[in-house]
Amino acid sequence: MSTKHADAIIVGAGWAGSIMAKELTEAGLSVIILERGKEHTTAVEGAYPESIDELRGAVRKRLFQNLAKTTVTIRNTIDQTALPYRQLAAFLPGEGVGGAGLHWSGVHFRADPNDLRLRSAVEERYGKNFIPKDMNLQDYGVTYAELEPFFDKAEKVFGTSGTAYTVNGKVVGNGNIFAPDRSSDFPLPAMKDTFTAATFRQAAQDAGYHPYSLPAANASKPYTNPYGCQMGPCNFCGYCSGYDCYLYSKASPNVNILPALRQDPRFKLITNAHVLRVDLDNTKTKATGVTYLETTTEKEVSLKADLVILSAFQFHNVHLMLLSGIGKPYDPVKNTGTIGRNFVYQTITTSRVWLPENTHTNQFIGAGGVGVAIDDFNSLNFDHGPLGFVGGSPVWVNQAGTKPITSAVGTGGHGTPRWGSGYKDALIDTYKHSIAIDAHGSNMAYRDIFLDLDPTWKDAYGQPLLRMTFTWKDNDVRMNQYVVSKIAPIARAMGATRSSLTHLEFGQPFDTRHYQTTHLGGGAIMGENPQTSALNRYLQSWDVSNVFVIGSNAFPQGMGYNPTGTVAALAYWSAHHIRTLYLKSPGPMVQV
Amino acid sequence: MVKSDPTSPSKTTLALPRRSVTNALLGSTAFWLTRTSTAVARGLADEAALAPYKPVFFTADEYAFLLAATERLFPKDHNGPGALELGVAEFIDRQMQTPYGEGDNWYMSGPFKQGPANLGYQLPLVPRALYRQGIAALDTYVRQQYGSSFVTLPSAKQDIVLTALEGGSLQLQAIPGRAFFEQLRTNTLEGAFADPLYGGNRGLGGWLMLGFPGARADFMDWVNQDGAAYPFPPVSISGQTA
Repeated sequence: MSTKHADAIIVGAGWAGSIMAKELTEAGLSVIILERGKEHTTAVEGAYPESIDELRGAVRKRLFQNLAKTTVTIRNTIDQTALPYRQLAAFLPGEGVGGAGLHWSGVHFRADPNDLRLRSAVEERYGKNFIPKDMNLQDYGVTYAELEPFFDKAEKVFGTSGTAYTVNGKVVGNGNIFAPDRSSDFPLPAMKDTFTAATFRQAAQDAGYHPYSLPAANASKPYTNPYGCQMGPCNFCGYCSGYDCYLYSKASPNVNILPALRQDPRFKLITNAHVLRVDLDNTKTKATGVTYLETTTEKEVSLKADLVILSAFQFHNVHLMLLSGIGKPYDPVKNTGTIGRNFVYQTITTSRVWLPENTHTNQFIGAGGVGVAIDDFNSLNFDHGPLGFVGGSPVWVNQAGTKPITSAVGTGGHGTPRWGSGYKDALIDTYKHSIAIDAHGSNMAYRDIFLDLDPTWKDAYGQPLLRMTFTWKDNDVRMNQYVVSKIAPIARAMGATRSSLTHLEFGQPFDTRHYQTTHLGGGAIMGENPQTSALNRYLQSWDVSNVFVIGSNAFPQGMGYNPTGTVAALAYWSAHHIRTLYLKSPGPMVQV
Repeated sequence: MVKSDPTSPSKTTLALPRRSVTNALLGSTAFWLTRTSTAVARGLADEAALAPYKPVFFTADEYAFLLAATERLFPKDHNGPGALELGVAEFIDRQMQTPYGEGDNWYMSGPFKQGPANLGYQLPLVPRALYRQGIAALDTYVRQQYGSSFVTLPSAKQDIVLTALEGGSLQLQAIPGRAFFEQLRTNTLEGAFADPLYGGNRGLGGWLMLGFPGARADFMDWVNQDGAAYPFPPVSISGQTA
């Protein structure tokens, strides 16, 4: 392969980039992935026992983005000065080969059909006036029926474990009764319930809800995926989130796709390559390639390509579009432009119940994707009419493996001591006998919540940092409070000796200091109208037709489910249409 | 609130004598060295070289402060060992000699402006500087307030000082007391519960208290035992057991 030109250049070696590279090499294209971080080989860095190290892993952030090189600035409201996100805390983007797909947990959902067309669905049910002013509620422009084959394909690549409810319209198992129909069953049966999940399952059922096993990209049995990549059965070691899986049980680009890709002579992976910009021709409607910095030599390199795929983490994709002049930056005052519009996140609050002292919850046991959830208060599965909010939350016990440092640092506060002997009592009691229950919910987009370039702070390469303007809105607080109130009967049915139900408070600003979730979304969204979306339904830039942007940046609003499953399906959807439509006739794929 | 749990191992002897720890490690050397485990080799070298531990980053006075303050944050009590017995100060001193001590993955470019607390840490100080300046400023304050050093104060008075730091009412010259407190608290808890490879959690005493099995990392047969306590004591990355 030429080192100066590739048919396609892909930015970022996470899930989206690896899927796109696999699909495009299969189509016969020469493909280069540029990854700004380093190589991550699970057999070496993930090896037992050195990888089973909480301090080096989740605490000192072995697999996460190095903020010293580049970060974001954050403010809550448009009249504030944004300040740099100097220490990783609220969210944890990945870096290096595998990206966030190496350190994720493995919860692997399909999108709810209503969530993909939320504006239409809400208007049909409750009328246009139900949607608050300045809430930018939008449809994706692609339906569940269209995406179904690609959800199916992704699950087979990921080796996803789960229990279906219906396959081709027929009830086949005791899966999620709210889940959409499937064309085939999960490739692997559901993972076993931990004790905590089993307790929640029974209690949720007793409370009249509909519990189901979380779909988990943690292998319940040995598995070989369609690319010939092999996974071993998960042993519930508890080191998914923040770690590379020493058993090859958790799906990652490194285990499930890259071993096949690396054998393809049309494929090349270049690490330590920080992309500075996508190069455009003088019409600004066509990309000619990219320019990147070799971070080891500090040399700038320009590569030519016919096709440029941005598949970095959500906000890096938006940042790169803004730095490159792709499309028009969003202006929240004039309500014009699309790049940076509809920045969204997810609401998550963790409640806790304590069981009697003779009952040990063994929270160190776990797997990232494992658990039991209810969807009775997710999406449009319940009547929002009298409630006055849009959105919802799954509620679950997702025991991913609770480790001591994180648990110790997080214990205390809210009236209980954070140090001293009373603190030790609380820590030990909580660690041994409690169960965490999450409400992991949606987050709606608003006109004044957006991304743009910061006027003050720069990255290590002299480029302006991305600026986030973000806080919680009353709609999401109302949603969260309502859903959390539904945990109370479950806690009672669990036989809790006491419980602490935690919810968002009105007026409480987004806090950058505490981990919430890495499920950021929006900023360069897909849609049907170039006035209100950056990408068309194939994730193709409306403005620069040989640039495709793959990631949760495409989500018009934050959904209640974890994003990775939908990102993977959208990647396969986009790749399929590049292969079948775009390559035959390069140019805009949707005319408006 | 809680109390004694008959199944808890916390009443057993928690800390192995250092010599027996070293012997236990040496006993398994052949296995480890054939795997060329650098982590374990380093642990062995450290064990042999350091007894008792002499701080490298902190001065003797600073280290005395650390020993006293971390024990107040994480005291020896009916649950088990405290920071002193677990080697927390040694852990923190060693951490200061790693890239973490220099804030290697923190964004440390200016300008530095203070803002609302929820927008996070905005000081131009990496952990090493935060400790050095924070301890010095706290020493000045305590001497002015009480006429002696923190180390020589009775524990009730030490707790009053720590409470003031935590509550944010104390400003340590350029450093908000709360920022210094959070750094100290976080590193103390890390030292109590990190793998013993890093110098803390001596004898796996922190893990024994919590019932955390360490690097066992295989629970295929214990996914759901209806609330029974996991039966095996912890093991460390280097193979040390408790």
